[in-house]
Amino acid sequence: MTLRDISRGAGEWLRGSGPHSDVVISSRVRFARNLAGFPFVNRANRRQRYEVLESCRSQIMTNRLADNTLWVQLADSPAIDRQLLVERHLISRDLARRTADIPRAVAIAADETFAIMVNEEDHLRIQVLRSGMQLGDAYSQINRIDDILEEKLDFAFSKRFGYLTACPTNVGTGVRVSVMMHLPALKLTGEIDKVKRAARDMHLAVRGLFGEGSEALGDLYQISNQTTLGKTEKETLADFEAAVIPQIIAYEHQARQALLRQREKQLDDRVWRAWALLNNARVLGTDEALQLLSHVRLGIHTSRLDRVDIRTLNELLLLCQPAHLQKVTGQEMTPAARRIARADLMRQRLGGR
Amino acid sequence: MKYKCDKCDRPATHHAVVRVKGQNIQKRLCEQHAAEEGLPIKSAHAPINELLTNFIKMADGQSQPSDKIKPAAATRRDRACPDCGLKFSDFRDKSLLGCSGCYKAFEKALIPLLERAHEGGAQHVGKVPRRSGGGEQRQLQIARIRKRLDEAVTAENYELAAQLRDDLTGMESGNAPAAPRQLDPGTPEDDRP
Ligand SMILES: [Zn+2]
Ligand SMILES: [Zn+2]
Repeated sequence: MTLRDISRGAGEWLRGSGPHSDVVISSRVRFARNLAGFPFVNRANRRQRYEVLESCRSQIMTNRLADNTLWVQLADSPAIDRQLLVERHLISRDLARRTADIPRAVAIAADETFAIMVNEEDHLRIQVLRSGMQLGDAYSQINRIDDILEEKLDFAFSKRFGYLTACPTNVGTGVRVSVMMHLPALKLTGEIDKVKRAARDMHLAVRGLFGEGSEALGDLYQISNQTTLGKTEKETLADFEAAVIPQIIAYEHQARQALLRQREKQLDDRVWRAWALLNNARVLGTDEALQLLSHVRLGIHTSRLDRVDIRTLNELLLLCQPAHLQKVTGQEMTPAARRIARADLMRQRLGGR
Repeated sequence: MKYKCDKCDRPATHHAVVRVKGQNIQKRLCEQHAAEEGLPIKSAHAPINELLTNFIKMADGQSQPSDKIKPAAATRRDRACPDCGLKFSDFRDKSLLGCSGCYKAFEKALIPLLERAHEGGAQHVGKVPRRSGGGEQRQLQIARIRKRLDEAVTAENYELAAQLRDDLTGMESGNAPAAPRQLDPGTPEDDRP
């Protein structure tokens, strides 16, 4: 299996299925772990970093965590491959960007249900991904992976502070639970700020999925916990499953209903304009493409439009991004050339001319 | 809900509490004005960075940004981790600790910070690793042997390195010697409990 194989489809987390998939795109659980006896990555020397990388590699690759696992050495990878992995949310921007002298890698399950980063901010960042609202499932898998790795690897741990991490914001359980949500109706009705405020009051982080700023492109938001000390993994998970996420889902549904009741024509107009643009544009930037895809998706979930399925929309969500676009067309392109290729791709996949 | 920058109309991305003449003053600034004021540039760790800078400033009674801390005061407070050498000021700058030992070395300063970052939590209650959960002492021992191993390799003392490696293998497969072996009689300070 190679990165090229991976870049063709959309992977597990964008399958477009799973509970509440009309609002919840994907669920993700991450564990931060460090090996006992080694300084954290930022303080380790080159030799120690290599030793950590090798210990982790041999555990991850021989323990058969999955039938088929791809090991990518990032220090030797071309920038476009690293960017591709970032776009698929398999590695962090930080891991992609680190200087060449930090040996680092990622192990990816063929079905992309897990990705394990080595020598990111912590020695190990284990992530498990699922489409839709499937945190319980994701948690069982990551816990199993953690148990298997722990059979041979000594994790830095203290009774007082739990799993020790380079940044004290992660110490304790080292758990980060994130749910990616599509909230176009809350955005259109201007209610999104209320949700953000409520989430922050509950000590949750709300980020836009794309872009590094706070602006959420494509109306995609990632909601994640920030507290890792003094709370069990189960409590953290339960907060999300029982309280936070169902509430936000209910808000989004209400907002969609309100749009249908009070601004039906305006909603139709948005959806069909988006459809028309995606099918006819000749030059298309990433931000615009993401926004149009969002409105078409809203149209599907409110039964205004049925000319495309969610799976195709999800694939386009990935394929319209720079590295994917270049991987698919098989050539490096300038931003201007990419905007043209992006418009071509949309017309081709959606049936426009 | 977004605040505007105190100095212009852009949204405020930095929030700081600064103490001036005994009074806490709230500052909300955009990226550019924050930079002009000498506030740390937003990074991946903006929340803890902000928390840290503000917290440390409050604790020190400082009214100036960190680069203007009086040198004497700075060095007096700037302890280093005995295991990895990281100074507390390094942690303040980058929000990253250097090793497990840092949690012990800076415990006093970290606890109030952890409580603020974790809704009051300062005691782990989650999963405990089956293997290394009980053995903090053992982890510390392993860390110290590893450190000496690294020094031995750097000094090209391969005989010592091989011996240390054997000790590590023994310890990491769970067969920690009942009584810690004296590994290198030449450096007694490493035998501290
Ligand atoms: Zn400003
Ligand atoms: Zn240290």
